[in-house]
Amino acid sequence: MQYQSQRVAYPYFIAALLLFAGQVLFGMIIGAQYIWPDFLFPAVPFNIARMIHINLLLVWIIFGFMGAAYYLVPEEVEGEVYSTKLALVHFWLFLAGGVIAVVGYLFRIHDGREFLEQPDSVKVAIVIVVLLFLFNILMTMLKGRKRTSISIVLFGGFVGLAVFYLFAFFKPANMVVDKFFWWWVVHMWVEGVWELIMAAFLSFLLIKLTGIDREVAEKWLYIIIGFTMFTGLIGTGHHYYWIGTPAFWQTWGAYFSAFEVAPFVAMVAFAFKMVAKKSREPENRAAVLWTVGTAVVSFLGAGIWGFMHTLPQINYYTHGTQITASHGHLAFFGAYAMIVLAMASYAVPKMRNMQPGTQKAEMLSFWIMVISMMFIALSLTGAGIVQVYLQRVLAMPYMEAQGYIKLFYGLRLFFGGTFSIGLLVYLYHFFTPSKSGTAF
Amino acid sequence: MTKSSAKNIFIGGTVVFTVILLILTYNSLSSPTLQKRTHPENITEQVRWGKKVWEKHACIDCHSLLGEGAYYAPELGNVIKRRGEDVVRTILQTAAVQGWGTIRRMPQFDLSEKDIDGLVEFFRWMGEIDTNNWPPNIEG
Repeated sequence: MQYQSQRVAYPYFIAALLLFAGQVLFGMIIGAQYIWPDFLFPAVPFNIARMIHINLLLVWIIFGFMGAAYYLVPEEVEGEVYSTKLALVHFWLFLAGGVIAVVGYLFRIHDGREFLEQPDSVKVAIVIVVLLFLFNILMTMLKGRKRTSISIVLFGGFVGLAVFYLFAFFKPANMVVDKFFWWWVVHMWVEGVWELIMAAFLSFLLIKLTGIDREVAEKWLYIIIGFTMFTGLIGTGHHYYWIGTPAFWQTWGAYFSAFEVAPFVAMVAFAFKMVAKKSREPENRAAVLWTVGTAVVSFLGAGIWGFMHTLPQINYYTHGTQITASHGHLAFFGAYAMIVLAMASYAVPKMRNMQPGTQKAEMLSFWIMVISMMFIALSLTGAGIVQVYLQRVLAMPYMEAQGYIKLFYGLRLFFGGTFSIGLLVYLYHFFTPSKSGTAF
Repeated sequence: MTKSSAKNIFIGGTVVFTVILLILTYNSLSSPTLQKRTHPENITEQVRWGKKVWEKHACIDCHSLLGEGAYYAPELGNVIKRRGEDVVRTILQTAAVQGWGTIRRMPQFDLSEKDIDGLVEFFRWMGEIDTNNWPPNIEG
């Protein structure tokens, strides 16, 4: 750690991991409800548990993004964080907002749009938190000695995150218009500006871990985010095939979203090439594993599983089935969960002033979680194929078709269980640093 | 390719594709298009209320609506055409008292007569949206 104030990132990673555990717990609850519908019913019905599952996802990922940014930016721009006090103030504000929202959900206090179930008061709090964060990062950049492409792209990604969230406040009476702009939050985040944030972290990690030339890494960064924007912006059209929007989106959406795999191909090539060309043997091997892993799994989850159902001819049958769920799980985990865990793996030992030490448990948890998530996605893909055939091809009623899918839901829950074990191994390793690391 | 040319391509491309996206967005949401595809003149007070009730109970976190939402319960965009208004009404009236269903049960929701009327009208309006012929069959 080069700057004392980088340590302000530490509580962010802790909060992120605890909320991640909460997300997985609620994932297990809804996974179980698919098999035993009366589990925790009616105290915690499916819609409430699912709302908590996906909201905790967003909150912990954003905690991870912010923490990783507070670690990265000082080192990039060569200067202390502008205000660590402010960073802690909006840390607690965000944590309070997130916890209040989730507890409120259990008491049926929520809005009614997917991912954006936060009541308006919490939405306003989120905007305030993000503005304080942006101000702090911007001031850190202005006061720093340098301005690197990585820090600028990262900042741009966060500005995009803030700007597109504002569409969450727009709730028109016409559901088609509502859905149209709902995607300007969700799609523009995960298939747009979040990829800028991810690519910036990836470039930073590869420079730090392999000692490659910054000019080369930053060239790759611009190529990756170029691909993201060229394909992802109009690729929004793949959400506009069947929701009351004009048919021309089928052409635009198909051609552009078919190439949304490009930035992920570039990230895989970037990661493997840089690790192969490394100028020094990395001391933190777990961080390398997470870094290469996030490129590969996001390529599979977002790239391949996304491409699988992005063409309108296929999407006509798969839209709104478990195929979407399988893609969602692998993409979110591969891209955003794993990039945060990669940054944690690199930054946390440094913030503790420790050598990474033996990382067997962490690497074991990597493999358990990655393989489990692969099988969760495959189970849901199987569920989706059967569902498409029965319900969309044979026109079998929804609930009747669900009866034939139970096996796949059972598999999904089983691999959710193994994923939970992997997460517990990870958390055990994370919270017992004395056993796994050595002080400098 | 150098870093600065990669950067310029990124910036130039982002601007160009943003402009195209905005043009396509304008074409999608212009009044004649919305008129033809969504019949906004049929969004009555009841439909508006129905949308609010839909959101109040987070129906989207179990059901899907035009294929979007959760996949734990049936698609509802075309539910009036699939089951008929009477059945939909019966389901909602039952849900208002004790919840509905035997396998995956819909929770009990405090639905007034006004809420039920709103939801029915909301579903009816949803069913008239031009979805490019989706879903493939009436089962959604």
